[in-house]
Amino acid sequence: MSEIFVSILLLAGASFMVLAAIGIVRLPDLPTRMHASTKAGAMGAILTMAGVALHFSDSAVAARAIAFIVFILLTAPIAAHVIGRAGYFTGISLWSGTTKDELRERYDPDTHKLYSGLETETERPISHNSKDASD
Amino acid sequence: MLGIAINIVYLMLSLALLFAFIRLTRGPSLADRVVALELIASVVVGYVGVHAIDTGVSSFLDVAIVISLTAFLAAIGFARFLERGGLKDE
Repeated sequence: MSEIFVSILLLAGASFMVLAAIGIVRLPDLPTRMHASTKAGAMGAILTMAGVALHFSDSAVAARAIAFIVFILLTAPIAAHVIGRAGYFTGISLWSGTTKDELRERYDPDTHKLYSGLETETERPISHNSKDASD
Repeated sequence: MLGIAINIVYLMLSLALLFAFIRLTRGPSLADRVVALELIASVVVGYVGVHAIDTGVSSFLDVAIVISLTAFLAAIGFARFLERGGLKDE
């Protein structure tokens, strides 16, 4: 009975890995490739480790598998964020069908400064205050 | 039942490894290659987990943890290298 569950978990994990690999080959630019590979790859590793924990049904193995799953859940988003950030900073070209890039007009790649777009609204009351104070 | 599933899983993981290797060799920028390397690491972790079930040696889990840790550190290091003025265009 547990063999069937282990087989299902392993097959599901391998399916997620294959999906991630197909996505990383087929998708057009870096952010979409990361979208495919980081989430589906982490899910595949998690399902495989769940299968391992179920197959051995030993508390020490289960503890290590759960620690591994927690480690994957902690590190996969951090690694994806850091690589995507570095890729954007080095000026990768986005897919031609990209409809929204909010950083493009607000981020200055030379000075690494990010503008919020609200600078003029915040500067006006300050100048009014200074005028009032001088008056 | 489990033996057949393990063989199928080995085959699927090999396919995933092949696709990730295609992206590793073709990827236009260095960041694409780093993403492919990370996927290869997680596929290898899947291999190690399946091999632990196949052989019945539970110590392979430690290998999986170490591979995952080194892949994470390699990704962080590559990202730092890219940001601190590495290869801008290849």
